[in-house]
Amino acid sequence: MSKRIDVKDLNVYYSKFLAVEDVNINIEAKSVTAFIGPSGCGKSTFLRTLNRMHEVIPGARVEGEVLLDGDNLYGPGVDPVTVRSQIGMVFQRPNPFPTMSIRDNVLAGVKLNNTKISKGEADVLVERSLQGANLWNEVKDRLGKPGSGLSGGQQQRLCIARAIAVEPQVILMDEPCSALDPISTLAIEDLINELKDQYTVVIVTHNMQQAARVSDKTAFFNIAGTGKPGKLIEFGDTPTIFSNPTEKATEDYVSGRFG
Amino acid sequence: MTTTSLTKSRGAGHTGDKVFSAAALAAGCLILVVLFGVALFLVIQAFPALVASPDKIQGGEGFLTYIWPLVIGTLIAAVIALVIATPIAIGVALFISHFAPRKLASGLGYVIDLLAAIPSVVYGAWGVAFLAKEISPAYNWLANNMGWLPIFQGPASATGKTILTAGIVLAVMVLPIITSLTREIFLQTPKLHEEAALALGATRWEMIRMTVLPFGRPGIISAVMLGLGRALGETMAVALVLSSGALTASLIQSGNQTIAAEIALNFPEASGLKVSTLIAAGLVLFVITLGVNMIARGIITRHKEFSGAN
Repeated sequence: MSKRIDVKDLNVYYSKFLAVEDVNINIEAKSVTAFIGPSGCGKSTFLRTLNRMHEVIPGARVEGEVLLDGDNLYGPGVDPVTVRSQIGMVFQRPNPFPTMSIRDNVLAGVKLNNTKISKGEADVLVERSLQGANLWNEVKDRLGKPGSGLSGGQQQRLCIARAIAVEPQVILMDEPCSALDPISTLAIEDLINELKDQYTVVIVTHNMQQAARVSDKTAFFNIAGTGKPGKLIEFGDTPTIFSNPTEKATEDYVSGRFG
Repeated sequence: MTTTSLTKSRGAGHTGDKVFSAAALAAGCLILVVLFGVALFLVIQAFPALVASPDKIQGGEGFLTYIWPLVIGTLIAAVIALVIATPIAIGVALFISHFAPRKLASGLGYVIDLLAAIPSVVYGAWGVAFLAKEISPAYNWLANNMGWLPIFQGPASATGKTILTAGIVLAVMVLPIITSLTREIFLQTPKLHEEAALALGATRWEMIRMTVLPFGRPGIISAVMLGLGRALGETMAVALVLSSGALTASLIQSGNQTIAAEIALNFPEASGLKVSTLIAAGLVLFVITLGVNMIARGIITRHKEFSGAN
């Protein structure tokens, strides 16, 4: 139930501005890959191109290939809606649907893909997804209450439950802990560790300790200066990136001697 | 030496605060006073008609018999207007906010706002001189083919000056109100929620159904109620377009009348008890509008927990 992603010669543009240049990266199935780098280096932009969410931004476009187990996401006739139902996403700020109950939030994506689901099946799915997001015990007595009444960390786990309910191949996370307190962050990190048994996880983070804790592989992105495109500087096993990187820039960044 | 500095304060800042809060309070009170004044005026002036013996009221059968066909007529015209205008307005607003290219969207927005700036007498003139004539063949068709429905019972009015025509004119008049309000609401849908829906694999329309419409629900209701307020109270257009008469179920025959048009057409020549009767009709319209607004508030607050405002 999880697939690998191979990116070949990917350029991302905002209208004419080249935002991310020439990325080549191979993301293994059932692993956690972390993207680190300074603000504005294009790591979030690049992450969004992995499920075509960048298309929401007017003028954004890509050149190159992103292969999901060999199938090009940007091939002719590929529907971005299908891509996104296979590659889920969790955002920087928790965004459960405020007009829906906790239960309906979990089922939101499922109802899109498969409108006919019996109440029994739905109950099973809700419980399984919330269990999978380590949230079941906290919300099982109030599934009919609005999701916006939960704490920030709980909301983020609800968003993860919503993402895994559709059983995607890959889960992308765009700084999922940056709006959370340390305890909620720990809960999410534990969850990421469990998720990789079943899913391919890609996470963007500003927190280098987090990258070191949760990821198997780490990719370091950087920009040469304002107005220049972001580039993938180095990609390798997480321990190597943090203790023995090849590139000088990577070493400067991970050791805090940046800029 | 710093102990006193905490008790000192900037006098000017406080004066500004006081002036502002007094002005806000005065404005708040004024609106209540005006509303109360109007209500009081209506009740006092209407009183003679409410207690007069039935044979003195127009029609000779008392105030209730006089007013209820007008109430029904008013509601019919307003409901026709909303049934036509609401879906179109929401469609146009969604097109402007989520589908149209940016340049086209702003141009279209201006055009819609312009519709709201046209005086109602112009709409009335257009309704009677153009729409009524052009639409009467359609009424004949309705009478011939769907005449088994009481609302389309023939014979259709030859002039086209019917309550349906009046309702269509009202629909055009309330369209810009509902459109511009709902457009503003739709534009305020948080990007976060739209992206959440898209990232789950929603199509654009599914995204709108999951996020934009539920988020905009209270706003849509408010906008429709504002439109309803205008449709209920609109005088000139109905007075010009409608060839009024007794209450009839058929929407394509002449007949029916609205409260506002009844008052406008009869007030200039009224005297004595007739004036009181017309003002009492105005009081009824006031109460209807108030009731409609309270129901709308009730609907909005009942769903507060899920409104997205928390």
